[in-house]
Amino acid sequence: MTAGMLIVGAGECGARAAFTLRERGYDGPVTLVGDEPHLPYERPPLSKEAMVSEAEPAPKFIGDGEHFASRRIACVTGTSAVAIDRAARRVTLADGKALPYDKLLLTTGAMPRKLPLPGADNARCAYLRTHDDALRIRGALKAGSHVAILGGGFIGLEIAASARKRGASVTVIEALPRILTRGVPEAIAQIVDARHRREGVTLACGKAVLALRETASGIEIALADGSTVAADLLIIGIGAVPVTDLAQQAGLAIENGIAVDAQLRTSDPGIYAAGDCCSFPLAVYGGRRVRLECWRNALDQGALAARNMLGAGENASAVPWFWSDQYDLTLQIAGLPDEGTQAVRRDLSEDAFILFHLADDGRLVAASGIARGNAVAKDIRLAEMLIAKGARPDPAALAQPDVKLRSLLAA
Amino acid sequence: MSNNWVEACAADDIDEEDVIRFDHGGRTFAIYRSPDDRYFATDGLCTHEQVHLADGLVMDEIIECPKHNGRFNYQTGEAMGAPVCINLKTYPVKVEAGKVLVQLG
Repeated sequence: MTAGMLIVGAGECGARAAFTLRERGYDGPVTLVGDEPHLPYERPPLSKEAMVSEAEPAPKFIGDGEHFASRRIACVTGTSAVAIDRAARRVTLADGKALPYDKLLLTTGAMPRKLPLPGADNARCAYLRTHDDALRIRGALKAGSHVAILGGGFIGLEIAASARKRGASVTVIEALPRILTRGVPEAIAQIVDARHRREGVTLACGKAVLALRETASGIEIALADGSTVAADLLIIGIGAVPVTDLAQQAGLAIENGIAVDAQLRTSDPGIYAAGDCCSFPLAVYGGRRVRLECWRNALDQGALAARNMLGAGENASAVPWFWSDQYDLTLQIAGLPDEGTQAVRRDLSEDAFILFHLADDGRLVAASGIARGNAVAKDIRLAEMLIAKGARPDPAALAQPDVKLRSLLAA
Repeated sequence: MSNNWVEACAADDIDEEDVIRFDHGGRTFAIYRSPDDRYFATDGLCTHEQVHLADGLVMDEIIECPKHNGRFNYQTGEAMGAPVCINLKTYPVKVEAGKVLVQLG
Protein backbone atom coordinates (compact mmCIF):
# COMPACT_ATOMS: atom_id res chain seq x y z
CA MET A 1 0.00 0.00 0.00
CA THR A 2 1.18 3.46 -0.84
CA ALA A 3 1.12 6.41 1.58
CA GLY A 4 0.47 8.80 -1.27
CA MET A 5 1.04 12.46 -1.95
CA LEU A 6 0.55 14.98 0.84
CA ILE A 7 0.25 18.71 0.16
CA VAL A 8 0.48 21.17 3.06
CA GLY A 9 -0.98 24.57 2.17
CA ALA A 10 -4.36 24.82 0.45
CA GLY A 11 -4.07 27.99 -1.62
CA GLU A 12 -3.82 28.33 -5.40
CA CYS A 13 -0.51 26.50 -5.52
CA GLY A 14 -1.49 23.49 -3.42
CA ALA A 15 -4.83 23.10 -5.20
CA ARG A 16 -3.21 23.23 -8.65
CA ALA A 17 -0.69 20.64 -7.54
CA ALA A 18 -3.46 18.30 -6.39
CA PHE A 19 -5.38 18.66 -9.67
CA THR A 20 -2.22 18.17 -11.70
CA LEU A 21 -1.39 14.92 -9.91
CA ARG A 22 -4.75 13.53 -11.05
CA GLU A 23 -4.53 15.03 -14.56
CA ARG A 24 -1.18 13.25 -14.88
CA GLY A 25 -2.79 9.96 -13.96
CA TYR A 26 -1.54 9.51 -10.41
CA ASP A 27 -3.82 6.97 -8.77
CA GLY A 28 -2.69 6.86 -5.11
CA PRO A 29 -4.02 8.92 -2.19
CA VAL A 30 -3.83 12.72 -2.52
CA THR A 31 -4.43 14.86 0.58
CA LEU A 32 -4.51 18.64 0.77
CA VAL A 33 -4.16 20.23 4.22
CA GLY A 34 -4.96 23.91 4.89
CA ASP A 35 -5.41 26.00 8.02
CA GLU A 36 -8.21 28.19 6.65
CA PRO A 37 -11.82 27.08 7.13
CA HIS A 38 -12.54 27.37 3.38
CA LEU A 39 -11.76 25.14 0.44
CA PRO A 40 -9.00 26.62 -1.80
CA TYR A 41 -9.94 29.95 -3.36
CA GLU A 42 -8.35 32.61 -5.55
CA ARG A 43 -6.68 35.45 -3.66
CA PRO A 44 -6.30 38.14 -6.37
CA PRO A 45 -9.93 39.36 -5.99
CA LEU A 46 -9.52 39.95 -2.24
CA SER A 47 -8.12 43.47 -2.63
CA LYS A 48 -10.37 44.28 -5.58
CA GLU A 49 -13.76 42.72 -6.45
CA ALA A 50 -14.31 41.31 -2.94
CA MET A 51 -14.02 44.83 -1.49
CA VAL A 52 -16.21 46.68 -3.97
CA SER A 53 -19.03 44.23 -4.78
CA GLU A 54 -22.52 45.25 -3.65
CA ALA A 55 -23.26 42.11 -1.69
CA GLU A 56 -20.88 40.45 0.72
CA PRO A 57 -18.86 38.12 -1.51
CA ALA A 58 -18.22 34.42 -1.11
CA PRO A 59 -14.66 33.24 -1.78
CA LYS A 60 -13.94 32.60 -5.48
CA PHE A 61 -13.39 28.88 -5.08
CA ILE A 62 -10.90 27.06 -7.29
CA GLY A 63 -13.20 24.07 -7.17
CA ASP A 64 -16.23 23.08 -5.08
CA GLY A 65 -16.38 20.07 -2.78
CA GLU A 66 -17.65 17.87 -5.61
CA HIS A 67 -14.74 18.95 -7.81
CA PHE A 68 -12.28 17.64 -5.22
CA ALA A 69 -14.33 14.58 -4.25
CA SER A 70 -14.76 13.37 -7.82
CA ARG A 71 -10.97 13.50 -8.20
CA ARG A 72 -10.47 11.68 -4.89
CA ILE A 73 -8.58 14.64 -3.40
CA ALA A 74 -9.07 14.66 0.37
CA CYS A 75 -9.27 18.23 1.68
CA VAL A 76 -8.47 18.77 5.34
CA THR A 77 -9.54 22.36 6.12
CA GLY A 78 -9.17 24.46 9.26
CA THR A 79 -6.19 22.41 10.43
CA SER A 80 -2.54 23.38 10.40
CA ALA A 81 0.39 21.00 10.10
CA VAL A 82 2.69 21.27 13.11
CA ALA A 83 5.58 18.88 12.49
CA ILE A 84 7.27 16.80 9.82
CA ASP A 85 8.89 13.50 10.84
CA ARG A 86 11.22 13.09 7.86
CA ALA A 87 12.54 9.71 8.93
CA ALA A 88 9.07 8.21 9.29
CA ARG A 89 7.67 10.27 6.37
CA ARG A 90 4.77 11.55 8.42
CA VAL A 91 3.23 14.96 9.10
CA THR A 92 1.52 15.72 12.42
CA LEU A 93 -1.51 18.01 12.39
CA ALA A 94 -2.66 20.43 15.10
CA ASP A 95 -5.51 18.06 16.03
CA GLY A 96 -2.98 15.33 16.79
CA LYS A 97 -3.61 13.21 13.70
CA ALA A 98 -0.60 12.06 11.69
CA LEU A 99 -0.64 11.70 7.90
CA PRO A 100 1.92 9.51 6.13
CA TYR A 101 3.42 10.44 2.76
CA ASP A 102 5.55 9.07 -0.03
CA LYS A 103 6.20 12.60 -1.26
CA LEU A 104 5.38 15.82 0.54
CA LEU A 105 4.77 19.22 -1.07
CA LEU A 106 4.94 22.39 1.03
CA THR A 107 2.81 25.21 -0.39
CA THR A 108 2.54 27.17 2.82
CA GLY A 109 2.57 30.57 1.13
CA ALA A 110 3.43 33.85 2.78
CA MET A 111 2.03 35.94 5.62
CA PRO A 112 1.79 39.72 5.88
CA ARG A 113 4.91 41.25 7.40
CA LYS A 114 4.01 42.54 10.88
CA LEU A 115 4.62 46.16 11.73
CA PRO A 116 7.11 46.04 14.64
CA LEU A 117 5.43 48.74 16.74
CA PRO A 118 3.41 48.51 19.96
CA GLY A 119 -0.28 48.54 19.12
CA ALA A 120 0.09 47.11 15.62
CA ASP A 121 -2.02 44.12 16.66
CA ASN A 122 -4.88 46.11 18.18
CA ALA A 123 -8.46 46.00 16.95
CA ARG A 124 -8.00 49.10 14.77
CA CYS A 125 -5.28 47.50 12.65
CA ALA A 126 -5.81 45.04 9.82
CA TYR A 127 -3.72 42.97 7.45
CA LEU A 128 -4.91 41.38 4.21
CA ARG A 129 -4.14 37.80 3.29
CA THR A 130 -7.32 35.76 3.62
CA HIS A 131 -10.95 36.02 2.60
CA ASP A 132 -11.88 36.64 6.24
CA ASP A 133 -9.34 39.51 6.41
CA ALA A 134 -10.95 40.98 3.27
CA LEU A 135 -14.45 40.85 4.80
CA ARG A 136 -13.19 42.64 7.88
CA ILE A 137 -11.53 45.45 5.89
CA ARG A 138 -14.53 45.66 3.59
CA GLY A 139 -16.73 46.42 6.59
CA ALA A 140 -14.72 49.59 7.25
CA LEU A 141 -14.93 50.87 3.67
CA LYS A 142 -17.96 53.10 3.35
CA ALA A 143 -18.90 56.68 2.62
CA GLY A 144 -17.85 58.88 5.51
CA SER A 145 -15.26 56.49 6.92
CA HIS A 146 -11.54 57.20 6.81
CA VAL A 147 -8.97 54.47 6.38
CA ALA A 148 -5.22 54.84 6.57
CA ILE A 149 -3.09 52.42 4.60
CA LEU A 150 0.50 51.82 5.57
CA GLY A 151 2.59 50.82 2.58
CA GLY A 152 2.45 52.08 -1.00
CA GLY A 153 2.89 48.68 -2.59
CA PHE A 154 0.41 46.67 -4.65
CA ILE A 155 -1.77 45.48 -1.79
CA GLY A 156 -2.03 48.93 -0.23
CA LEU A 157 -2.73 50.70 -3.50
CA GLU A 158 -5.31 48.18 -4.70
CA ILE A 159 -7.12 48.52 -1.37
CA ALA A 160 -6.88 52.32 -1.70
CA ALA A 161 -8.58 52.17 -5.13
CA SER A 162 -11.29 49.85 -3.77
CA ALA A 163 -11.83 52.11 -0.74
CA ARG A 164 -12.34 55.13 -2.99
CA LYS A 165 -14.90 53.19 -5.02
CA ARG A 166 -16.79 52.55 -1.80
CA GLY A 167 -16.63 56.25 -0.92
CA ALA A 168 -14.23 56.04 2.02
CA SER A 169 -11.55 58.68 2.35
CA VAL A 170 -8.04 57.27 2.16
CA THR A 171 -4.54 58.23 3.29
CA VAL A 172 -1.65 56.08 2.08
CA ILE A 173 1.52 56.36 4.17
CA GLU A 174 4.75 55.20 2.55
CA ALA A 175 8.15 55.38 4.27
CA LEU A 176 10.12 55.58 1.01
CA PRO A 177 10.17 58.68 -1.23
CA ARG A 178 7.78 57.16 -3.77
CA ILE A 179 5.19 54.41 -4.12
CA LEU A 180 5.92 51.02 -5.76
CA THR A 181 9.67 51.13 -5.23
CA ARG A 182 9.98 47.36 -5.38
CA GLY A 183 10.08 46.16 -8.95
CA VAL A 184 8.19 48.99 -10.68
CA PRO A 185 10.00 51.63 -12.79
CA GLU A 186 9.52 55.21 -11.69
CA ALA A 187 7.79 56.31 -14.93
CA ILE A 188 5.03 53.78 -14.30
CA ALA A 189 4.80 54.51 -10.58
CA GLN A 190 4.25 58.17 -11.48
CA ILE A 191 1.16 57.32 -13.55
CA VAL A 192 -0.25 55.31 -10.66
CA ASP A 193 0.63 58.06 -8.18
CA ALA A 194 -1.08 60.77 -10.27
CA ARG A 195 -4.18 58.63 -10.71
CA HIS A 196 -4.59 58.01 -6.97
CA ARG A 197 -4.25 61.72 -6.24
CA ARG A 198 -6.79 62.51 -8.94
CA GLU A 199 -9.20 60.04 -7.32
CA GLY A 200 -8.82 61.88 -4.03
CA VAL A 201 -6.35 59.64 -2.20
CA THR A 202 -3.90 61.46 0.08
CA LEU A 203 -0.45 60.00 -0.61
CA ALA A 204 2.07 60.68 2.15
CA CYS A 205 5.42 59.42 0.84
CA GLY A 206 8.74 59.64 2.66
CA LYS A 207 6.97 59.41 6.03
CA ALA A 208 7.95 56.83 8.59
CA VAL A 209 5.51 55.75 11.29
CA LEU A 210 6.71 56.37 14.84
CA ALA A 211 3.82 55.27 17.00
CA LEU A 212 0.21 54.05 17.01
CA ARG A 213 -2.41 55.06 19.53
CA GLU A 214 -5.86 53.55 19.80
CA THR A 215 -8.52 56.16 20.51
CA ALA A 216 -12.20 55.93 21.44
CA SER A 217 -13.24 56.13 17.81
CA GLY A 218 -10.26 54.81 15.89
CA ILE A 219 -6.52 55.03 15.65
CA GLU A 220 -3.95 57.81 15.56
CA ILE A 221 -0.77 57.31 13.60
CA ALA A 222 2.15 59.51 14.59
CA LEU A 223 4.60 60.16 11.75
CA ALA A 224 8.29 61.01 11.97
CA ASP A 225 7.72 64.55 10.66
CA GLY A 226 5.59 65.33 13.71
CA SER A 227 2.23 65.09 11.95
CA THR A 228 -0.59 62.75 12.89
CA VAL A 229 -3.11 60.82 10.79
CA ALA A 230 -6.41 59.85 12.39
CA ALA A 231 -8.38 56.96 10.90
CA ASP A 232 -11.13 54.49 11.68
CA LEU A 233 -8.90 51.63 10.59
CA LEU A 234 -5.20 51.24 9.71
CA ILE A 235 -4.54 48.66 7.01
CA ILE A 236 -0.94 47.48 7.06
CA GLY A 237 0.50 46.32 3.73
CA ILE A 238 4.27 46.38 4.16
CA GLY A 239 5.19 43.19 2.39
CA ALA A 240 4.97 39.48 3.05
CA VAL A 241 7.24 36.93 4.65
CA PRO A 242 7.38 33.28 3.60
CA VAL A 243 5.82 30.74 5.95
CA THR A 244 8.75 28.47 6.76
CA ASP A 245 8.35 27.38 10.40
CA LEU A 246 7.33 23.83 9.54
CA ALA A 247 10.23 23.43 7.10
CA GLN A 248 12.67 25.08 9.49
CA GLN A 249 11.72 22.81 12.39
CA ALA A 250 12.21 19.84 10.10
CA GLY A 251 15.75 21.01 9.35
CA LEU A 252 15.20 21.83 5.67
CA ALA A 253 17.49 24.42 4.07
CA ILE A 254 16.06 27.94 4.28
CA GLU A 255 17.22 30.89 2.21
CA ASN A 256 14.66 33.69 1.86
CA GLY A 257 12.00 31.00 2.04
CA ILE A 258 12.31 27.25 1.73
CA ALA A 259 15.30 26.74 -0.57
CA VAL A 260 14.54 24.49 -3.54
CA ASP A 261 16.45 23.51 -6.67
CA ALA A 262 15.33 24.07 -10.25
CA GLN A 263 12.99 21.06 -9.93
CA LEU A 264 11.46 22.49 -6.73
CA ARG A 265 13.08 19.84 -4.49
CA THR A 266 14.02 20.92 -0.95
CA SER A 267 17.17 19.66 0.76
CA ASP A 268 15.19 16.46 1.51
CA PRO A 269 14.60 14.54 -1.75
CA GLY A 270 11.17 13.40 -0.56
CA ILE A 271 9.95 16.95 0.06
CA TYR A 272 9.13 19.64 -2.51
CA ALA A 273 8.14 23.27 -2.03
CA ALA A 274 6.43 25.68 -4.43
CA GLY A 275 4.88 29.13 -4.66
CA ASP A 276 5.29 32.11 -2.31
CA CYS A 277 7.01 30.04 0.39
CA CYS A 278 10.08 29.00 -1.61
CA SER A 279 13.14 30.53 -3.22
CA PHE A 280 14.39 28.94 -6.41
CA PRO A 281 17.02 29.52 -9.11
CA LEU A 282 15.56 31.51 -12.00
CA ALA A 283 16.95 29.99 -15.19
CA VAL A 284 16.28 33.01 -17.37
CA TYR A 285 18.72 35.07 -15.24
CA GLY A 286 21.48 32.49 -14.97
CA GLY A 287 20.14 30.89 -11.82
CA ARG A 288 19.65 34.02 -9.72
CA ARG A 289 17.82 32.88 -6.58
CA VAL A 290 14.44 34.58 -6.20
CA ARG A 291 11.21 34.19 -4.32
CA LEU A 292 8.08 35.35 -6.12
CA GLU A 293 4.78 36.41 -4.59
CA CYS A 294 2.38 36.31 -7.46
CA TRP A 295 -0.58 34.37 -8.68
CA ARG A 296 0.79 32.90 -11.88
CA ASN A 297 3.95 31.69 -10.20
CA ALA A 298 1.81 29.91 -7.60
CA LEU A 299 -0.21 28.21 -10.32
CA ASP A 300 2.78 27.30 -12.52
CA GLN A 301 4.94 26.00 -9.68
CA GLY A 302 2.09 24.00 -8.17
CA ALA A 303 1.68 22.20 -11.48
CA LEU A 304 5.46 21.81 -11.97
CA ALA A 305 6.00 20.41 -8.47
CA ALA A 306 3.24 17.86 -9.07
CA ARG A 307 4.80 16.73 -12.36
CA ASN A 308 8.19 16.40 -10.70
CA MET A 309 6.76 14.47 -7.75
CA LEU A 310 5.69 11.98 -10.42
CA GLY A 311 9.21 11.86 -11.85
CA ALA A 312 9.03 14.32 -14.76
CA GLY A 313 12.42 15.86 -13.91
CA GLU A 314 11.46 19.25 -15.39
CA ASN A 315 13.26 22.47 -14.51
CA ALA A 316 11.42 25.69 -13.70
CA SER A 317 11.79 27.87 -16.77
CA ALA A 318 8.99 30.43 -16.53
CA VAL A 319 9.59 34.17 -16.82
CA PRO A 320 8.07 35.98 -13.80
CA TRP A 321 4.85 37.79 -14.70
CA PHE A 322 2.29 39.65 -12.74
CA TRP A 323 -0.38 42.32 -12.93
CA SER A 324 -2.13 44.87 -10.75
CA ASP A 325 -5.52 46.53 -11.30
CA GLN A 326 -6.23 49.95 -9.80
CA TYR A 327 -9.31 51.89 -11.00
CA ASP A 328 -9.41 51.19 -14.74
CA LEU A 329 -5.61 51.02 -14.94
CA THR A 330 -3.84 47.72 -15.44
CA LEU A 331 -0.14 47.34 -14.94
CA GLN A 332 1.66 44.25 -16.20
CA ILE A 333 5.29 43.30 -15.74
CA ALA A 334 7.14 40.38 -17.34
CA GLY A 335 10.60 39.62 -15.98
CA LEU A 336 12.35 41.53 -13.21
CA PRO A 337 13.12 45.12 -14.31
CA ASP A 338 16.08 45.37 -11.91
CA GLU A 339 17.99 43.00 -14.24
CA GLY A 340 18.11 45.78 -16.85
CA THR A 341 20.60 48.62 -17.16
CA GLN A 342 18.72 50.68 -19.74
CA ALA A 343 15.07 51.14 -20.70
CA VAL A 344 13.48 51.75 -24.09
CA ARG A 345 9.99 53.25 -24.19
CA ARG A 346 7.24 52.30 -26.65
CA ASP A 347 4.14 54.51 -26.63
CA LEU A 348 1.08 52.56 -27.78
CA SER A 349 -1.37 55.40 -27.32
CA GLU A 350 -1.76 58.50 -25.22
CA ASP A 351 -2.35 56.52 -22.06
CA ALA A 352 -0.62 53.22 -22.78
CA PHE A 353 3.11 52.57 -22.85
CA ILE A 354 5.67 49.86 -22.29
CA LEU A 355 9.22 50.06 -20.99
CA PHE A 356 11.57 47.42 -22.31
CA HIS A 357 14.45 46.73 -19.95
CA LEU A 358 17.70 45.66 -21.57
CA ALA A 359 20.87 44.24 -20.02
CA ASP A 360 24.37 45.47 -20.96
CA ASP A 361 24.74 42.65 -23.48
CA GLY A 362 21.53 43.72 -25.26
CA ARG A 363 19.33 40.92 -23.91
CA LEU A 364 15.72 41.87 -23.24
CA VAL A 365 15.33 41.02 -19.53
CA ALA A 366 11.99 42.61 -18.59
CA ALA A 367 9.06 44.63 -19.89
CA SER A 368 6.69 46.74 -17.83
CA GLY A 369 3.57 48.38 -19.15
CA ILE A 370 0.57 50.36 -18.01
CA ALA A 371 -2.68 51.23 -19.74
CA ARG A 372 -6.39 51.60 -19.24
CA GLY A 373 -7.76 48.08 -19.45
CA ASN A 374 -5.63 45.37 -21.00
CA ALA A 375 -4.16 47.40 -23.87
CA VAL A 376 -0.56 46.36 -23.11
CA ALA A 377 -1.35 42.68 -22.52
CA LYS A 378 -0.56 41.36 -26.01
CA ASP A 379 2.79 43.11 -26.19
CA ILE A 380 3.76 42.17 -22.63
CA ARG A 381 3.00 38.53 -23.47
CA LEU A 382 5.13 38.71 -26.61
CA ALA A 383 7.88 40.43 -24.61
CA GLU A 384 7.73 37.55 -22.14
CA MET A 385 8.36 35.13 -25.01
CA LEU A 386 11.28 37.26 -26.22
CA ILE A 387 12.73 37.27 -22.69
CA ALA A 388 12.39 33.49 -22.44
CA LYS A 389 14.27 33.12 -25.73
CA GLY A 390 17.14 35.31 -24.55
CA ALA A 391 16.47 37.59 -27.53
CA ARG A 392 18.56 40.71 -28.21
CA PRO A 393 16.06 42.85 -30.11
CA ASP A 394 17.05 46.09 -31.82
CA PRO A 395 16.23 48.90 -29.33
CA ALA A 396 15.05 51.12 -32.19
CA ALA A 397 12.51 48.47 -33.21
CA LEU A 398 11.30 48.15 -29.62
CA ALA A 399 10.71 51.90 -29.43
CA GLN A 400 8.69 51.93 -32.66
CA PRO A 401 5.03 50.93 -32.10
CA ASP A 402 4.59 50.13 -35.81
CA VAL A 403 7.10 47.30 -35.55
CA LYS A 404 5.20 44.23 -34.43
CA LEU A 405 6.85 42.41 -31.53
CA ARG A 406 5.77 39.15 -33.14
CA SER A 407 8.10 39.90 -36.04
CA LEU A 408 11.02 40.25 -33.57
CA LEU A 409 10.13 36.88 -32.09
CA ALA A 410 10.48 35.21 -35.47
CA ALA A 411 13.90 36.83 -36.05
CA MET B 1 -33.04 32.88 -36.27
CA SER B 2 -30.71 30.48 -38.04
CA ASN B 3 -30.27 32.99 -40.83
CA ASN B 4 -29.11 35.70 -38.51
CA TRP B 5 -25.86 36.60 -40.30
CA VAL B 6 -24.36 39.84 -39.02
CA GLU B 7 -21.54 41.82 -40.60
CA ALA B 8 -18.76 42.06 -38.02
CA CYS B 9 -15.92 43.80 -39.83
CA ALA B 10 -13.94 43.97 -43.04
CA ALA B 11 -11.72 40.95 -43.66
CA ASP B 12 -8.59 43.07 -43.59
CA ASP B 13 -9.53 44.77 -40.30
CA ILE B 14 -7.88 41.80 -38.60
CA ASP B 15 -4.20 40.93 -39.01
CA GLU B 16 -3.29 37.32 -39.59
CA GLU B 17 -2.97 35.45 -36.27
CA ASP B 18 -4.85 38.15 -34.42
CA VAL B 19 -8.23 38.99 -32.93
CA ILE B 20 -10.56 41.97 -32.63
CA ARG B 21 -13.58 42.77 -30.50
CA PHE B 22 -17.06 43.01 -32.01
CA ASP B 23 -20.03 44.34 -30.04
CA HIS B 24 -23.56 43.67 -31.27
CA GLY B 25 -27.00 43.78 -29.69
CA GLY B 26 -25.66 44.32 -26.19
CA ARG B 27 -23.31 41.37 -26.48
CA THR B 28 -19.59 41.19 -27.12
CA PHE B 29 -17.76 38.79 -29.40
CA ALA B 30 -14.20 38.09 -30.52
CA ILE B 31 -13.43 37.64 -34.23
CA TYR B 32 -10.23 35.80 -35.14
CA ARG B 33 -8.08 35.42 -38.23
CA SER B 34 -5.90 32.30 -38.12
CA PRO B 35 -2.32 32.04 -39.41
CA ASP B 36 -3.68 30.12 -42.42
CA ASP B 37 -6.11 32.95 -43.16
CA ARG B 38 -9.40 31.53 -41.93
CA TYR B 39 -11.90 33.42 -39.77
CA PHE B 40 -13.56 32.34 -36.51
CA ALA B 41 -15.85 33.88 -33.88
CA THR B 42 -16.43 33.21 -30.18
CA ASP B 43 -18.06 34.89 -27.23
CA GLY B 44 -15.96 37.91 -26.33
CA LEU B 45 -15.44 37.32 -22.63
CA CYS B 46 -13.27 34.73 -20.95
CA THR B 47 -15.29 32.09 -19.09
CA HIS B 48 -13.05 32.45 -16.01
CA GLU B 49 -13.56 36.15 -15.31
CA GLN B 50 -15.20 38.88 -17.34
CA VAL B 51 -12.17 39.82 -19.43
CA HIS B 52 -12.23 40.73 -23.13
CA LEU B 53 -10.37 38.04 -25.06
CA ALA B 54 -9.71 40.48 -27.91
CA ASP B 55 -6.93 41.98 -25.75
CA GLY B 56 -5.25 38.57 -25.62
CA LEU B 57 -2.62 36.99 -27.82
CA VAL B 58 -3.45 34.57 -30.65
CA MET B 59 -0.92 31.77 -31.14
CA ASP B 60 -1.80 29.30 -33.89
CA GLU B 61 -5.29 28.08 -32.99
CA ILE B 62 -5.10 29.28 -29.37
CA ILE B 63 -6.37 32.51 -27.80
CA GLU B 64 -4.83 33.34 -24.44
CA CYS B 65 -6.76 35.49 -21.96
CA PRO B 66 -4.88 38.75 -21.35
CA LYS B 67 -5.40 38.60 -17.60
CA HIS B 68 -4.77 35.11 -16.32
CA ASN B 69 -3.42 33.31 -19.39
CA GLY B 70 -6.34 30.93 -19.56
CA ARG B 71 -6.23 29.31 -23.01
CA PHE B 72 -8.93 28.30 -25.44
CA ASN B 73 -8.89 26.79 -28.89
CA TYR B 74 -10.80 29.58 -30.63
CA GLN B 75 -11.69 27.27 -33.53
CA THR B 76 -13.52 24.75 -31.33
CA GLY B 77 -14.06 26.76 -28.12
CA GLU B 78 -12.30 24.12 -26.05
CA ALA B 79 -10.87 25.29 -22.68
CA MET B 80 -7.24 24.13 -22.56
CA GLY B 81 -6.63 23.93 -18.79
CA ALA B 82 -6.26 25.89 -15.55
CA PRO B 83 -7.52 28.44 -14.75
CA VAL B 84 -10.21 27.98 -17.41
CA CYS B 85 -12.47 24.94 -17.29
CA ILE B 86 -15.62 26.11 -19.12
CA ASN B 87 -15.57 26.00 -22.92
CA LEU B 88 -16.10 29.11 -25.01
CA LYS B 89 -19.14 29.37 -27.28
CA THR B 90 -18.25 29.56 -30.97
CA TYR B 91 -20.27 30.93 -33.93
CA PRO B 92 -20.22 30.14 -37.65
CA VAL B 93 -18.34 32.65 -39.80
CA LYS B 94 -18.19 33.30 -43.54
CA VAL B 95 -16.38 35.88 -45.65
CA GLU B 96 -18.28 37.49 -48.53
CA ALA B 97 -17.15 40.40 -50.67
CA GLY B 98 -14.37 41.25 -48.24
CA LYS B 99 -16.73 41.28 -45.23
CA VAL B 100 -16.65 38.95 -42.24
CA LEU B 101 -20.16 37.71 -41.39
CA VAL B 102 -21.01 35.95 -38.13
CA GLN B 103 -24.10 33.84 -37.57
CA LEU B 104 -25.47 34.79 -34.16
CA GLY B 105 -27.99 32.24 -32.95
